[in-house]
Amino acid sequence: MLLGLPLLFIGTPDRLDAVEKEPQRPVHGGAARPRPHHHPHGPGEHRFGPALLAAIRSAVAASAGAGALVLAAEGKFFSNGFDQAWARTAPPHLQATMGAAFRALIADLLALPMPTVAAVTGHAAAAGCALALAHDSVFMRGSRGFLYMSEVDAGLKIVDFFAEILREKVPDAVARRDLLLRGDKMPAGVAVRRGMVDVAVEGGVEDVVNAAVAEGEKLAARGWDGEVVAEIRKAAWPKLWSKVKDYGSAGAPAVARPRL
Amino acid sequence: MCTLEQRGRVFVLTLTGDDEHRLSHALIASIRSSVASVAAAAASAGPGTALVTVGEGRFFSNGLDNIWAGTSRERLQGLVDALSPLAADLFALPMPTIAAITGHAAAGGFLLALCHDYRIMRGDRGVLYMSEVDIGLPLPPYFVSVLRSKITAANALRDVTLRGRKLKAAEAKEMGIVDAVCPGPAETAAEAIKLAEQLAARKWDGNVYASIRMSIFPEACRSIGIVEESDEEKRKHFASRL
Repeated sequence: MLLGLPLLFIGTPDRLDAVEKEPQRPVHGGAARPRPHHHPHGPGEHRFGPALLAAIRSAVAASAGAGALVLAAEGKFFSNGFDQAWARTAPPHLQATMGAAFRALIADLLALPMPTVAAVTGHAAAAGCALALAHDSVFMRGSRGFLYMSEVDAGLKIVDFFAEILREKVPDAVARRDLLLRGDKMPAGVAVRRGMVDVAVEGGVEDVVNAAVAEGEKLAARGWDGEVVAEIRKAAWPKLWSKVKDYGSAGAPAVARPRL
Repeated sequence: MCTLEQRGRVFVLTLTGDDEHRLSHALIASIRSSVASVAAAAASAGPGTALVTVGEGRFFSNGLDNIWAGTSRERLQGLVDALSPLAADLFALPMPTIAAITGHAAAGGFLLALCHDYRIMRGDRGVLYMSEVDIGLPLPPYFVSVLRSKITAANALRDVTLRGRKLKAAEAKEMGIVDAVCPGPAETAAEAIKLAEQLAARKWDGNVYASIRMSIFPEACRSIGIVEESDEEKRKHFASRL
């Protein structure tokens, strides 16, 4: 089924002149069709339920051998956070798996042996915002969409590793307060000024993705040893790494990059 | 010493009198008592309240009562120990908090202002000043922890702690220490109350607000003896809210 969150793979370093860009392809997951509910979650919100998280993790794992990873999304949202509608109907012992899967994804990204770029093509709220910030670089659509830590408005507490993402990636106390304690909705320009986002890209979704891919290509062209990139990254964010490392995959899988 | 009033959804705690509002055992106890009343009232008032702390006269607070302590290390340490639970009360308070810095805030007084979520300061007179380096006193560990949590730019932290820089409101705003600058004390208090009303109008669940605040500043909270809720307890809360 279409989950609508394309991952773009940058070509391997030995093919710099002809850096490949995978066509935008949907990520196939093994989830059953979601049951219809009367809830505000729409299909375009890319909410993180177990199925989508598994699909993203799987695609991240399949990026092995690439020079950089870019994560983008289709439509109006990058991601609107956790799938609470799913959680509402799931038995309690399964609810925790959603948070654990997200924690594992963060671990996988931190341990990924290549630079990572988030192309925030639309609204990124709560876990969606945290996921974007967990990348090495963040590109964001300038004209539309905002970063929003919705928890304070939604009346939801924030568990420790999740808060650590924000603490490490938003070091400025005032920015962190405005984001988390005031629920400010930050468009790209504000987010760049306040140090949360690297580049605000004018134009549409395609322009953001292209800019993020160009950045990924530029980083891949540095020819860095991927394992070294991963080790340096884990050392740069040691507190966050220590809080997620036991949840991720045990080392990068040695698989060839799949070709369609 | 201090008074407490409620104006709609906003609690206003006033450090009364035109003196230095030195944080003596009596004043600290008085403020703690008022803050406890606020926390209790918030529980029955329901979501959507806020606290403003304001001073009368030329001082917000000139810090711990060093004059009473004199040369006695025990007395000074006693005051340092007494201020820590007040800091904890503020970091754990289930509502947004605003310091209306209507006069000088030095040492412990500056710390008291930093224990609030927002700071609004008069621009015409008054300074923020961590005087310890000038007086020859080391900073208590929890002071450092709160300073490091709230003043995250390295240069700003250095200027405040190692240079004993006296900050006027405009400079403090540039350094991210103060959120807004107002012409005089009356405007400062009014702006603080207006902000408090805006924040109260968001109708945040107080316990969730306090929980998120504590998750933003875990080291400061640890240093003042706050034990943060476990992830398990937070998940139970999440499940109950579905």
